Amino acid sequence: MDIIVCVKHVPETAEAEIKIDGTGKAIEKNGLVFDINEWDDYALEEAVLLKEKFGGTVTAITVGSEDADSVLRKCLARGADKATRLTDPKFEGSDGYAIARILAKVIKDLPFNMILTGTQAGDDGYAVVGVILAELLGIPHATMVKKIELNDEVAKLNRELEGGLEEIVEVKLPAVLTIQTGINEPRYVSIMGTRKAMKKEIKVLGLAEVGLGENEVGEAGSWIKMEKMYVPPVEKQAEFLKGSPEEIAVKIAEILKAKGLV
Amino acid sequence: MREIFVLTEHRQGQIRDVTFEMLTKGRELAGKTNTELTAVLFGKEVKNHAKILSDYAKNVLLVEDAKLENFNSEAYQKVLSNLIRERKPLLTLIGHTSFGVDLAPSLAVSLGTPLATDCVDLEFEDEKFTVTRQMYGGKVNVNAVLRKAESYIATVRQATFPVEKGAPMNGEIIEVPSPLSEEITKKRFVEYVLPPPGGVDITAAEVLVGIGRGIKDESNIPPVEELAKVLGGALACSRPIVDKGWLPNDRQVGSSGRTVKPKLYIALGISGAFQHVLGMKNSDLIIAVNKDPKAPIFGVADYGVVEDLFKIVPPLKSKIQELKG
Repeated sequence: MDIIVCVKHVPETAEAEIKIDGTGKAIEKNGLVFDINEWDDYALEEAVLLKEKFGGTVTAITVGSEDADSVLRKCLARGADKATRLTDPKFEGSDGYAIARILAKVIKDLPFNMILTGTQAGDDGYAVVGVILAELLGIPHATMVKKIELNDEVAKLNRELEGGLEEIVEVKLPAVLTIQTGINEPRYVSIMGTRKAMKKEIKVLGLAEVGLGENEVGEAGSWIKMEKMYVPPVEKQAEFLKGSPEEIAVKIAEILKAKGLV
Repeated sequence: MREIFVLTEHRQGQIRDVTFEMLTKGRELAGKTNTELTAVLFGKEVKNHAKILSDYAKNVLLVEDAKLENFNSEAYQKVLSNLIRERKPLLTLIGHTSFGVDLAPSLAVSLGTPLATDCVDLEFEDEKFTVTRQMYGGKVNVNAVLRKAESYIATVRQATFPVEKGAPMNGEIIEVPSPLSEEITKKRFVEYVLPPPGGVDITAAEVLVGIGRGIKDESNIPPVEELAKVLGGALACSRPIVDKGWLPNDRQVGSSGRTVKPKLYIALGISGAFQHVLGMKNSDLIIAVNKDPKAPIFGVADYGVVEDLFKIVPPLKSKIQELKG
């Protein structure tokens, strides 16, 4: 079972305060911590679990700048065998379609039975790369996968639907599966593992090596182009309770009492 | 006249709400672009659905086939791409749901049609198609323009556009023969499964204390659970807590979990991503505690506290206990 896992290097923003930078089209990246996209983290773990069960190899691929090496090192430390970074200034401004096209161009020449990636990325949230990649490669796909069972050439999958419901579907391999968070428990990496990973080679390919033209990548090769980024307009704003924690606790207790909730 | 397509989403005999939300938005867009609104419906024996849709759309394109009984992206893509090639709608709207996410991207590639996903607003202006999307878990909005094309596809966020029925449109139901002559071979629907219920029904609780990423560690949960108990309520959570295995999935509030409407919802360390908010925004009273003053949760909360939740929980618990005597 040879598996390719596509990962992305993204800023962690769930608990961080975000500012829009001077271009008005991006956020201020200074001071943010970057890591593997959360969904891809689960995809990576699933790939390694499958390798441990069925043998084979795991190859991690990313489209990103040199900074994304930290994510590839993490993949290698966690059990990936090879890592490739696709880097070129011309790739900047790529939407999910252009990213998938870059990935497809490289992956089509690699041996694989399955491609795993996250259902979406925590930054742009397009949720398109895996499915577009599948279509470009001419293979089936399934999204929002929460469980994988392999029987010969068929993967039996649980897909997450809305309201706690799931569906079971069968997909013929090779296929692209996009992984939903919570499918497994991503492992921690030992210091030994991290050290070993530092010595492994990361293959780097640019636009020419990938074999695409300038107008097939970046903004030129994208379906959508960002015009403006802004803080969402506030329709309603909470009344903020201020003071020391003790004073705030008193205020909350008074509100609850007034509403008959205690 | 050119059309705006809305792909009907239905499951287990029910048309899903997102369909009517898209039809409402589609009606507005059709008016502005001088196009006709067309509902597209695939299924097996779904004429009753077609009848309902005819109130909301000028045309209902109905394709019936046993292979379309349950959603299957392979089958849907074949049928929908045929219809789009034939009728060249200006725009095709699909829900940004587990169903749309599985269909729209490959459909767009197969047609060579630009796609924008998870849109919270859409606008045509002077031949320019602009969408509004969110990034970074709803912390910023983005206006984005699609590459100029004959036809566009957009997936639309659920529960974003209100449903307005308006005057019944008495749409024409147009039956289209199914183009699916061959078997669907790559993908097969097997069955629906509902995870077994756990011990607590959060949808029945009058008071819920919801925890999110800010809880940091599993060992921090018991003191918060005590607060919930003192308030006579139950503990709920956002998605990351279930993903980490710290609480069972029947405690999850949000689009992929439960929808709740308690008298009191206290959100602790929950940033307020859209998916969570969808499940709790109709609570009677919402109090949120979060360190980030710009956290979107403060846009739905009645009262907000910008503070570390661990500093608030202990004094709050003792104040409530005092009040109770």
